[in-house]
Amino acid sequence: MATVDLKDVRKVYGGRVEAVKGVSISIPDGAMCVLVGPSGCGKSTLLRMIAGLEEITSGTVEIGGEVVNDRGPAERDIAMVFQNYALYPHMKVYDNMAYGLRNRGMAKDEIDKRVREAAATLGLADFLERRPRELSGGQRQRVAMGRAIVRSPKAFLFDEPLSNLDAKLRGQMRIEIKNLQKTLGVTSVYVTHDQVEAMTLADTLVVMNQGLAEQIDTPMAIYERPASVFVAGFIGSPAMNLLAAKSSQSGHILADGTEIAISGATLPDSGREVLLGIRPEHLTLIENGAAPDLQLKVTAVETLGADTLAHGHPANGESRSSELVARLPGSVRVRDGDLLPLSIDPSMVHIFDAASGRRI
Amino acid sequence: MSPRVVFPNKILPYLLLAPQLAITLVFFYWPASQALYQSVLREDAFGLKTTFVGLANFKKVLSQPSYIASVQTTVIFSVATAFIAIVLALLLAVMADKIIKGRGFYRTLMIWPYAVAPAIAGLLWLFMFNPTMGTFAYMLRAAGYPWDPLLNGPQAMSLVIAAAAWKQISYNFLFFVAGLQAIPKTLIEAAAIDGAGETKRFWTIIFPLLAPTTFFLLVINTTYAFFDTFGIIHAVTGGGPGKWTETLVYKVYNDGFVNLNFGDSAAQSVILMVIVIALTAFQFRYVEKKVHYG
Ligand SMILES: Nc1ncnc2c1ncn2[C@@H]1O[C@H](COP(=O)(O)OP(=O)(O)OP(=O)(O)O)[C@@H](O)[C@H]1O
Ligand SMILES: [Mg+2]
Repeated sequence: MATVDLKDVRKVYGGRVEAVKGVSISIPDGAMCVLVGPSGCGKSTLLRMIAGLEEITSGTVEIGGEVVNDRGPAERDIAMVFQNYALYPHMKVYDNMAYGLRNRGMAKDEIDKRVREAAATLGLADFLERRPRELSGGQRQRVAMGRAIVRSPKAFLFDEPLSNLDAKLRGQMRIEIKNLQKTLGVTSVYVTHDQVEAMTLADTLVVMNQGLAEQIDTPMAIYERPASVFVAGFIGSPAMNLLAAKSSQSGHILADGTEIAISGATLPDSGREVLLGIRPEHLTLIENGAAPDLQLKVTAVETLGADTLAHGHPANGESRSSELVARLPGSVRVRDGDLLPLSIDPSMVHIFDAASGRRI
Repeated sequence: MSPRVVFPNKILPYLLLAPQLAITLVFFYWPASQALYQSVLREDAFGLKTTFVGLANFKKVLSQPSYIASVQTTVIFSVATAFIAIVLALLLAVMADKIIKGRGFYRTLMIWPYAVAPAIAGLLWLFMFNPTMGTFAYMLRAAGYPWDPLLNGPQAMSLVIAAAAWKQISYNFLFFVAGLQAIPKTLIEAAAIDGAGETKRFWTIIFPLLAPTTFFLLVINTTYAFFDTFGIIHAVTGGGPGKWTETLVYKVYNDGFVNLNFGDSAAQSVILMVIVIALTAFQFRYVEKKVHYG
């Protein structure tokens, strides 16, 4: 167990492609750090640099306070779980788990003890004599986990370990991984592009975009105060409504002329081009006849059971740029063409600079 | 039930097959039946009279010390050729796998020898190692080694083995390169994280995963060394010195076409035919259904 510290880590492939452009993250001992971001943003590259599978172009990676840049993967004392599991197909489950221990010259009975312990924890005790091809996807995933935990390494590295599983199994394994990580207390770095995984697993969440860490914080802090338009749009489902607007004396005027009066919110300078961010769940239906902040003309309805998603645009505009989604309780009956009076909690409105995309 | 294409014309398929069938008939079944027929006949010394002798030719051939010696020669030659061709090809494939720049260039170069006809390959090696004019022969003798494959049996054997293996390396190399590429990179990375050094990774991960390929090549190379090396032997040693490099196939030629002993030669070719059939059956049974992991 150890801390993991990245200091201004960069990666340039072949002198041209800058995959990671200077990322600094500090992960405390025993914490779970999740890297999330769209495809190609450099998550795997960053993880592989921590693992020692990829040369670090500049910056330092420290594990347990020691710079490990020049150490090979074996000497960093980390364990990695790959997306395709990377189980040795010609070895039995037992040998898959024992391989790393044997290579380190551990005594036979100690290996046996550890493998059986891990197998029991992961519910694999009955499968030790099987080969990987004789296992289901979920069981293979567990073997990959087992191979990591028998070693009791300083850190676990996960690269989209659940993305080959079906939705139900993924949900189940997510909880298991979380519990396991908490029980073992091993510092972990987890790469995913699934934001539910990111939100639920992370102690520290790193939202990456184009080789940079856009925001590093706890999942709730990122949800509540996204630092940029990118983070705002990436975290949360359905995605945050982002409306182009101009600040005015009394509130904000959308591109289509709708004025959204937000009382109480701190307003930027009048006349400034901004993006208003309002999460679908922060648009609430007014049922007592009070004056609405916004009238939503409904154009499409998605009934999810627990929630109803009402898609539409402000009543007096038709502009595509101001499309909105409101997340309403499932009990609300909405139809196409309805006019919904909505109120906006001013404390839940995020204001971003239109040009830079940064939070104001 | 799989949907099948139905052709209304009943004669056309046979017409389309006819040329292929005719060729097989004329160049395979007819000579094969002739060999079978000849193998139970014996000609007198002047070629005037042939008599039916049953299995006598087979008995005679199988009890000849020279035939047993030829079996031994063939086994040594085949095993050595297959072994050397496989080991060197694997070594080269593993090294080529590490090259990042100019990978395609090296691979193309490696594949060239396969395009060389066996007799030409034999001649190339003969020239290089010819005691009177070969460059390497000169170097060997300059280094004090008494090199003379035209008189020295083991040296002649080494030379044909080298030529035969050299020609087969390309073929094996291709299969090993493909086999190596089929091993997921993450497996190697996982093993590296698991603390296995390069050598250990090779023997515990890569080599076992290449086992199906290696087995396939072992069968193919043995068959090659048995039957497809006539041209090389003919060009390099002609079976000599003495009978040192006379493999079974070469002996059929020697006995039949050089010594005009058709009965013996035919019996030998029938035996070879049986070996081919057995090897092919084995190949179909085990090699076509290669061991698959995954
Ligand atoms: N070996 C390589 N050579 C050159 N460029 C590479 C190499 N590996 C990755 N890249 C580039 O680096 C960038 C980041 O890749 P990376 O694999 O880290 O993305 P990722 O965030 O893991 O994406 P995904 O979610 O699709 O796995 C991509 O633009 C990719 O094309
Ligand atoms: Mg990736």
